Amino acid sequence: MDSSQNQINPVFAPFQVVGQILLAFFEKAGRLFMFIGKSLYHSIVPPFFPAQLWRQLVDIGYYSLPVVGLTALFTGMVLALQSYTGFTRFNAESAIAGVVVLSITRELAPVLAGLMVAGRVGAAIAAEIGTMRVTEQIDALTTLSVNPFKYLIAPRLIAATLTLPLLVFIGDIIGVYGGYVVSIYNLGFSPGGYLSQTWDTVQTMDIVSGLIKAGAFGFIVAMMGCYHGFNSGRGAQGVGAATTNAVVSSSILILVFNYILTQVFFS
Amino acid sequence: MTTPKIEMKGVKKAFGNNHVLNGIDLVVPAGKSMVIIGGSGTGKSVTLKCILGLIQPDEGSIKIDGEEVTKLRQNDRDALMTKFGMLFQGGALFDSLKIWENVAFGLIQGRGVNRKEAREIAVEKIKSVGLKPEVADSFPAELSGGMQKRVGLARAVAASPDIIFFDEPTTGLDPIMADVINHLIVEQVKEIGATALSITHDMASVRTIADYVAMIHEGKIIWTGPIDELDDSGNEYVDQFIHGRADGPIQRRVA
Repeated sequence: MDSSQNQINPVFAPFQVVGQILLAFFEKAGRLFMFIGKSLYHSIVPPFFPAQLWRQLVDIGYYSLPVVGLTALFTGMVLALQSYTGFTRFNAESAIAGVVVLSITRELAPVLAGLMVAGRVGAAIAAEIGTMRVTEQIDALTTLSVNPFKYLIAPRLIAATLTLPLLVFIGDIIGVYGGYVVSIYNLGFSPGGYLSQTWDTVQTMDIVSGLIKAGAFGFIVAMMGCYHGFNSGRGAQGVGAATTNAVVSSSILILVFNYILTQVFFS
Repeated sequence: MTTPKIEMKGVKKAFGNNHVLNGIDLVVPAGKSMVIIGGSGTGKSVTLKCILGLIQPDEGSIKIDGEEVTKLRQNDRDALMTKFGMLFQGGALFDSLKIWENVAFGLIQGRGVNRKEAREIAVEKIKSVGLKPEVADSFPAELSGGMQKRVGLARAVAASPDIIFFDEPTTGLDPIMADVINHLIVEQVKEIGATALSITHDMASVRTIADYVAMIHEGKIIWTGPIDELDDSGNEYVDQFIHGRADGPIQRRVA
C-alpha cells in the first residue's frame, strides 16, 4: 500500500490520539469485565476445590488478623485522643465514645482493613499467580484437566469476600476497645459511662454497612490480585509490575467504592 | 487409511504484527513419536500450545483423532485434556505441593481418584523414572533440575494419556542427564503406547526419541520425514540446522 495513504491530515491527528487512547481503555476494561464474569461463573458452578478454599480462608482471613487487629486498635486509640483534643474546645467530650464507634464501624475499620489486606493479601495473590503464569504452572493446570479459574481464582475470591467482613467485625470490637482504653486510662472517663455512650450511639445499620463494605473490598482485593497475576508479564519485572498494579488498583478502587457505598447507605 | 492422531492444516497465529505461524501443516501418526525441530522463535512452542488449546489459532484446522478441536466448548475442551500429558520446559511443578502430589495432581483433581490410590500410582511412577520413593514427600525446590524433569515426566505419564507433549525436554541439563531423560521418554512412551509430539533443538534428543521429524522455519513446516531420512533430507535448511552451521540459508539476527 502507498505509504502516503496512511498519512493523516494534521488537523485530525489529535482525534487519532484520543481514539487510540479510548480504544485501549475500552479494550482493557472489556478484558477486565470478561475476567470478572468468568471468575464469578466459575465461583458458583461446580466442580469446587474445598481444600483450596480452606487454605485461602486461613491465608487471607486468619493470617491477616494481627495486621487488621493492630490497625484497628491504634486507630481507635488515636481517634479518642484526637477527638478529645477537638471536643474539649466545645465542651463536647461526652461525644467521644459515639464518634469513635461510628467512625470505626462505618468507615475506618472497613477502609483501613481493606487497604491493609490489599497490601498483604492482594500483593501475595498477584505475586503467586504471576509466578505461576511465568513458570507455566497455570498452563500445567490446564493440561492436567483442571480449570485455573476454578482452582486458583474462585477459592481466593470467595475466601476474601467472606473473611474480610469477619476481620472487620473483629476490627470494630478492637477499635472500640482502643478508644475505650485511651478514654478510661488516659483521659479519665468512667468505664460505665463510656460503654453506655457507645451502646446508645451505635445502630445495627452502622455495623452492617461496614460489613457489606468489607465484603465488597475483599472482592476487589482478590479480584485485582488475581487479574494482574493472571495477566502478568514475563520475568521478575513482569511479576513485580503485576504486584504493584494489584495493590495500587485495589487501593484506589477501595476508596472509590467506599464513597459510592457510603452514598448508597447514608445519603 | 488410518486416521492420524494429530492433523494440522493451514494453522496461522499472529501476535500483533508478529506473524508466528504462517500456515502450519503437520500430520502425526498414531503411536509414533514426532519431533519438531527449529531455531528459537520459529514457532515451535506456539504450535504445541495451539494443539493443547492454550493458544487459540487465528486460522486453520487442528484435528485430534479426526475431530476438529479449534472451536471446542469449555466442557469438551476439558474432556479432551484428559487425553493429553505434557512435560514442560521448566518442569512447571507446583511449588506448594509435595512431589507425589504433583505427580498425582491430574489423577486427584482432574479425574477424582482418591488420595490413597493416587499416592500409590504416583510412587510407582516416581520409581519408574529412576527416582527413590523417599523423594515422594519432598518439595520441588529441594530437587535438582534433572530430578525435576524426571518428576515432570512422571506427572506427564501418570494418567496414561493418549498423546504426550514434550517441550524442550533436555534444555538446561548436562549431556548425561539429557541422555537419561531421552531414554526415559522413549521407555515411558512405549510402555503406555502413546503418541508423542516433542519440540527441541537438541539433535541428540531428536535422534533418540524421534520416529518422524518435522523442521519448522518462519512459522511453516519446511520438511518432514522419518528419522532415517533426516541426514539425507536434501533440504539445505535441515542440513544447516542439524549440523549446526552458521553459514547457510538460515540467517539468524544477532542484534
